[in-house]
Amino acid sequence: MTERSALYQEVILDHNRRPRNFSVLPNATVEERGINPLCGDELTLYLRMDGDRIADASFQGTGCAISRASASMMTTLVKGKTRAEADAMIEQFRGLATGQTAVDDLPSSLHAFEGVARLPQRVKCAVLAWHTLHAALGIGASGSDPRERGARQ
Amino acid sequence: MAALVPRSDFTLLSCNPALVYLDSAATAQKPRAVLDAMSDFYESEYANPHRGAYALSARATERYARARAAVARFFGARDEACVIFTRGTTDSINAVAAAWGRANLRPGDEVIVTGAEHHANFVPWQQIAIERGATFTICPLAEDGRADVEALASLASPKTRVIAFNHVSNVLGAINPVAEIVSIARSVGALTVCDGAQGAPHMSVGFDALGADLYAASAHKMLGPMGTGVLIGRREVLESMPPYQTGGDMIAFVGDEHTTWNTLPHKLEAGTPNVAGAVGLAAACDYLTSIGMDAVAAHERALVRLAYERVSAIEGVRVHGPGASERSGVLSFTLGDIHPHDLATLLDERHICIRAGHHCAQPLMRRLGVAATARASFYVYNDENDVELLASALESAKRIFALA
Repeated sequence: MTERSALYQEVILDHNRRPRNFSVLPNATVEERGINPLCGDELTLYLRMDGDRIADASFQGTGCAISRASASMMTTLVKGKTRAEADAMIEQFRGLATGQTAVDDLPSSLHAFEGVARLPQRVKCAVLAWHTLHAALGIGASGSDPRERGARQ
Repeated sequence: MAALVPRSDFTLLSCNPALVYLDSAATAQKPRAVLDAMSDFYESEYANPHRGAYALSARATERYARARAAVARFFGARDEACVIFTRGTTDSINAVAAAWGRANLRPGDEVIVTGAEHHANFVPWQQIAIERGATFTICPLAEDGRADVEALASLASPKTRVIAFNHVSNVLGAINPVAEIVSIARSVGALTVCDGAQGAPHMSVGFDALGADLYAASAHKMLGPMGTGVLIGRREVLESMPPYQTGGDMIAFVGDEHTTWNTLPHKLEAGTPNVAGAVGLAAACDYLTSIGMDAVAAHERALVRLAYERVSAIEGVRVHGPGASERSGVLSFTLGDIHPHDLATLLDERHICIRAGHHCAQPLMRRLGVAATARASFYVYNDENDVELLASALESAKRIFALA
């Protein structure tokens, strides 16, 4: 009997088991809450902004493995990024999770989430942290996919 | 333990031999007999009933009436006119909450529901209570998830106008003591509304003997089509209930200033009815009757007992609700700290369909102290092998999440 899962690849399981940046960030300059009402996933994202740059990021919350691993990887990857760089990453991740756009530029670890595109009901779990980051950065609500609307409240 | 009916009766199941369908509490698969009856109506007897002065319309009317008679027989309601076709349980309960509630609830009155209600038997009452200035009271649950009848007896007072409760919990499979609840309600003169969405598919209802004033059910959970359901009531209750909706079919005479209502059941069925839905439900009732509801209940009990044994034996599993012998074919559980949605997705990779989430019962989730559960539910087409596949998939999920 196979013990591998198409969706739950090792990188997702690892970030779920040992989420990185899973703490309240001291000296956070931005704090944003995201909720997925369908699943009950909820997280609080903390950012310390240094001018236009994300100096540090962390999160807290409860949720499924997909939402937790996604938040864990995201907080790791956006550290040091400018607002514009982070915004581009958010857009690309949305494209990847919804299966709508090619995403060659994204770090390979995020490709583990490609599988959720086949599971529309789990897309919201994967994008929750990214939507929360979008709101935290105060970027205008452009290009939002109607399928994802309501993922963040 | 074999399935109670041949899998070949269900096209979807026979075309997908690897599928393990354990979500019948959400909706049941359809036997060919139901689909055939519906297409036969469309292909050979289709016209608008109650309308035309021509033979085809009369046949459609006759087909609709026969469907009602079959459904009445299945539910044990001798008075066929007291079987109202609706869009489903949600529609049935909303009709009662809106029509009966608006006419009868006054400020200071009380509405009681239990803490284990599906949102469909919770929110309509909560909202009509707010609208009418009535008190909305939630009856506590016993340890096993059934209504705590002692608590209910002490809550109920002459101010209590309605007690709404589930026949069977959609989350826990706990079967409520209907007779005791009805007797408490009668002692204070309260109306009883029983949500039978999870009762009717799985056991003999016997409406006339049950004692509840009103009983609601959905066709799609009992092998029938989606978008069809019933509201069954005692005649004096339905007679005194104002119409929920107005329009065609439900009137006797429409004056410029006043309108009088048609007789039951038409008074409560405004507009062109969903005849094909009623025909499908009737075919589902006949299908279930041919198996025998006692056999259905016994089959589910045997499967759920086995599932309870296998699943609760897995370390880290917590099964919610009553013991194996006191539940309908529903098993809700959590496994360690694996989120139920992850569990459902992992099982889906093995073609096992279970439900995960709050099951439209958030008040119950709060009372259980969980955000969500995984739920496997069984029906006539499930067999022992389905249970074994569920158990081994849960073991595998544990290993994947490295809990083992």
